[in-house]
Amino acid sequence: MSIITITENWEGKFKKTSFESLSYGRHIANQMNSKLIAITIGGNNLESLIQYGADKIINITNFNFENNNNTDIAKVFSKIIEEENGSTIIISNTNIGKKISPLIAQNINAGLITNAVAYPEKNNLLKVKCKAFSSKSFVVYESDYNKNIISIIPNSIGEINQITGKGEILNQESEIKSNQDYQILKRSKQNDKISLSDANIVVSAGRGLKGPENWPMIEELAELLGAATACSKPVSDMGWRPHSEHVGQTGIAVNPDLYIAIGISGAIQHLAGVNASKNIVVINTDAEAPFFKAANYGIIGDAFTVIPKLIEAIKQHKN
Amino acid sequence: MNILVCISSVPDTTSKINLINDNKEFDRNGITFIINPYDEFCLTKAIFIKESTNAKVTVVNVGGSNNDAILRKALAIGADNAVRINKEALNGNLVASCIANYCQEENFDLIFCGRESIDFNGGKVPGFLAQKLNIPFVNSCVGMDIHDNTIEVKEEVDNGQIISKVKYPAVIAGQKGLVEEKDLKIPSMRGIMTARTKPLEVIESSVECNNNIKVINYEKPSERTECKIVDSEKVNDLVELLSTEAKVI
Repeated sequence: MSIITITENWEGKFKKTSFESLSYGRHIANQMNSKLIAITIGGNNLESLIQYGADKIINITNFNFENNNNTDIAKVFSKIIEEENGSTIIISNTNIGKKISPLIAQNINAGLITNAVAYPEKNNLLKVKCKAFSSKSFVVYESDYNKNIISIIPNSIGEINQITGKGEILNQESEIKSNQDYQILKRSKQNDKISLSDANIVVSAGRGLKGPENWPMIEELAELLGAATACSKPVSDMGWRPHSEHVGQTGIAVNPDLYIAIGISGAIQHLAGVNASKNIVVINTDAEAPFFKAANYGIIGDAFTVIPKLIEAIKQHKN
Repeated sequence: MNILVCISSVPDTTSKINLINDNKEFDRNGITFIINPYDEFCLTKAIFIKESTNAKVTVVNVGGSNNDAILRKALAIGADNAVRINKEALNGNLVASCIANYCQEENFDLIFCGRESIDFNGGKVPGFLAQKLNIPFVNSCVGMDIHDNTIEVKEEVDNGQIISKVKYPAVIAGQKGLVEEKDLKIPSMRGIMTARTKPLEVIESSVECNNNIKVINYEKPSERTECKIVDSEKVNDLVELLSTEAKVI
């Protein structure tokens, strides 16, 4: 029996969410007095995984996250999990995690617990608190399966640097044959900006900005804070910003340490995507905007005067 | 082309979730159940395909007779026939098994599901279903075109988009972008009238009722402390609070 964390990378570089899922795996491994194995495909700088608690790292060199389809990736991971006799498998609930975890669960006949927001209970490692109803409630699940995959929501526990010893690194090739029914033709990279699931801070703006031409100040604020940018549903519906930035019920759910909402009224559908944020700042001209009720801090004022001031204030603070 | 759209019944997006029975259940009283919004994008896409080719669109739900209302709505929106698998939807694996069994009797070319349902947000059924049927699984699909025996799909990933060529039959888990929100089909008067005469078949499933992942209880998120309003002339104060009190910058 072993604890296994599936670590995701993009073009070889490991994501923050992977370090977080390793930290989660380490926590369980410690409780069970077991080894933590990190598995990945096409990874570089594998030593970085040791810093987050991996005792053993298995890297499959002839597959990668960019060019292989999810069916193949799931098969490759399923095979290693079975070879290593994995009993608890940790994965991050990123877009890739969501694609491959149900497939792996079926391949290895494991239970799948998605949207975990906390460590399992101390005395029952198969009892886990998860997000439900778009963060309007939590649900505690208990699994009867012998093998389980726990998929954790990014930024739920944070990554914990914890060298436990020296990790063994194995580079291997997988014999899995690629499924020709599913061929990746092209991948388009949005840009080099921080992805929403990786971001500690999210700067989000809505209709109050009046038009797409006014986004440079949002981007400047985001860059200054090392934040990802997001938007409300109307803004993405009107095509001011790409769909991938739409945060809310039918868009992306985020839970950063800080969510700054500018010119967004805070409809219940939007709140569903941001409720889990640890701190919320709302900047809005309308003092009656429902978002203020869900916020920790607020400024009642016009974005066009407040944001430039905020940018200056943060610059000063950084110096 | 033979298309299946899997539909789940969920509390309306604006519902308040109240907990009852020692937090072991949520209160269904007074909650309006609707077609899962992610499934609606799929249903509209299926109807677009039907309009431009000569497809047949079936909608399927796993659940009790309370769900007939949303199936009727799907028929009014434009599906040709509806099937309800009469089983309590206890968990994703059970739902996927029921639908997979049903699919093995029919020959669907495309099987659409919403990326996730807005109640438990598990996102399990589409992937489980694809794997049970051993066919490709396209997740977070934000665009799709049909060619001869393949489909070209656009999937969202964290760093951008991936475009792939996929042989069908396949399971496609859709979301906004598959069709635009403004293009979502709503029932017309004529649709509502004809829906009454369209078939809604109820079938029993032989799938065993395993509930291996149980809900133990629910918890309400802790209330946020009252919002501190900062004077718009004193933006520095906000930065100070974020730095010393919230400790986030």
